[in-house]
Amino acid sequence: MKATIQSLFRPRDIAPARATALRHEIEDFNADYCAVLDAGQVEAWPGFFAADGIYRVTARENAELGMPVGLVYAQGRGMMHDRAVAIAKTQMFAPRYNLHLVTNTRVSRESADGEVEAQANFLLLQTLVEGPSTVHMAGTYYDRFVRIEGRLLLKERQAIYDTTIIANDLVYPL
Amino acid sequence: MHSTHAVINRTPKAKDAELAACKWPEDAAHFIPDWVYTSEAVYDQEMDKIFRGRSWNFVALEAEVPNTGDFKRSYVGATPVVVSRAADGSINVFENRCAHRGAEFCRHSQGNATEFVCPYHQWSYDLKGNLQGVPFKRGVNREGGMPKDFRNEDHGLRKLHVATRNGVVFASYAADMESLEDYMTPEILKDFDVVFNGKRLKVHGYYKNELPCNWKMYHENLKDPYHATLLHSFLVVFGLLVAGNDAAMIADPVHGRHGTMASAKKEDKYAAVSDENKKEMRSYHEGMRLQDERFLDFVKEFDSPWSVTMQTIWPNLIVQREMNTLGVRQIVPNGPNSMLMLWTMFGYEDDTEEMTQHRLRQGNLMGPAGFLGLEDNEAMKFVQEGVRRSSTDTNVLKLDAGNVGTSSSLISEAAIRAMYGYYREVMGF
Repeated sequence: MKATIQSLFRPRDIAPARATALRHEIEDFNADYCAVLDAGQVEAWPGFFAADGIYRVTARENAELGMPVGLVYAQGRGMMHDRAVAIAKTQMFAPRYNLHLVTNTRVSRESADGEVEAQANFLLLQTLVEGPSTVHMAGTYYDRFVRIEGRLLLKERQAIYDTTIIANDLVYPL
Repeated sequence: MHSTHAVINRTPKAKDAELAACKWPEDAAHFIPDWVYTSEAVYDQEMDKIFRGRSWNFVALEAEVPNTGDFKRSYVGATPVVVSRAADGSINVFENRCAHRGAEFCRHSQGNATEFVCPYHQWSYDLKGNLQGVPFKRGVNREGGMPKDFRNEDHGLRKLHVATRNGVVFASYAADMESLEDYMTPEILKDFDVVFNGKRLKVHGYYKNELPCNWKMYHENLKDPYHATLLHSFLVVFGLLVAGNDAAMIADPVHGRHGTMASAKKEDKYAAVSDENKKEMRSYHEGMRLQDERFLDFVKEFDSPWSVTMQTIWPNLIVQREMNTLGVRQIVPNGPNSMLMLWTMFGYEDDTEEMTQHRLRQGNLMGPAGFLGLEDNEAMKFVQEGVRRSSTDTNVLKLDAGNVGTSSSLISEAAIRAMYGYYREVMGF
């Protein structure tokens, strides 16, 4: 009784010193990314992506089965903008605090044209009105960064969550 | 936050009523008592009379178990079952409980197996759930072992009855169920067959979430077209569903237990909303436009007047056709105050890559982070908390009063009324 799954592990192929330098830069990037989301500035969130960036949130089960569905799936900053506006302006949901913790940042590859492959683990803590702070989602960002005008931007962020049963819903991006 | 994480998490005695205390209000069609959502005794009777009673329960898509030995964990009501494809091509459904000491032996969501072996004492079962092997059945050195009269055929897994239609698998505890087709009725089958038309499905993946609400609320929400024009401003702004669109709320005419909420999108990308209707809709946002309009494209792929059909197939299946995003949702009840929703999103094997991408983009509408999906989840949670903690005890169901069943107006609760008519009959209320 075995499930047929593919490993999400990315082998490391980069010089240690270079990986360390990039890791510091990506840790700063993620700290800003989370600060924006945790402060509720969701309309600024698409700015962390390249114009043609891909953002997908999906269950680890889907990722390991090679299935393409996204709990959230945005092709390009336009779709991210539309989602951010919907969250900020039109959607109905109970108020909540979000707190992201991002750790284990790891740079696995840098291509000749400067594209960087990296990953980091995330925890999203959620606190509802009169609720305890709960671990809402736990997972890993699988990222590809590009450098545009000297600044790293996400070309692709796959937020793959381990959380097999989501508690009710996911309002804000991971 | 899962319902088990709530700080304030107690159901008052008055809401957790015993069956003897459960009296339906006198004007039965136009009021729902809170205890249908909050009583453990009512919930237990539902498991017995509905999910293990005379019902066909969705358990899987055939596309999830295409080959011999393919299996999937699933549920009938809250009872874990395994869906398995045997060598003769048959699909088998049996309880996920070893016949020996009761271990829930199948732990993977899905996979492929030649047999099922309980890890505790390695009793093994074939792909149809028959007991094949018992280690040390004759003991060791002529000591111990099973008695002579122990027959493997008396100790198989508990098997359910199975029916399929165009790739959708249902199971029932009842041996003498009517056919699936009779169960669904032609009125419901018509739109079911639009999605499940015999073309081979391609599974795109899963969403799974807990909703801290009673399982019946999910049926009611999709038999309640009133909310769709009010809660979901996204639908309104972009004209996916506007009061005044061509629409229908169809209830099955035999029992009133199944439903199809249907609407037809106008040609224009954005809906025109009359000044009169605007005044009624607080969530309407004038002039809202998308940056990426591909999301709203509607590829007319079926011979159907509807662009959207949301079907509730009693007691545990939702068939979603929201323009081009297709899926099934399986309700797993989890006590009166909680349910799991297992979503399987799919397209067809012959979809182009472009069509697959379109379905995936449009998938942002639905699911636990969907533009519509998350609002439903929030609203149902609010209702559960309200009915559970308050001192008053009834819901009012007076829209389109007197009408029971199908309605052409969206401003109607006639389909919810029909469902509860059937429910009261089955439950003896």
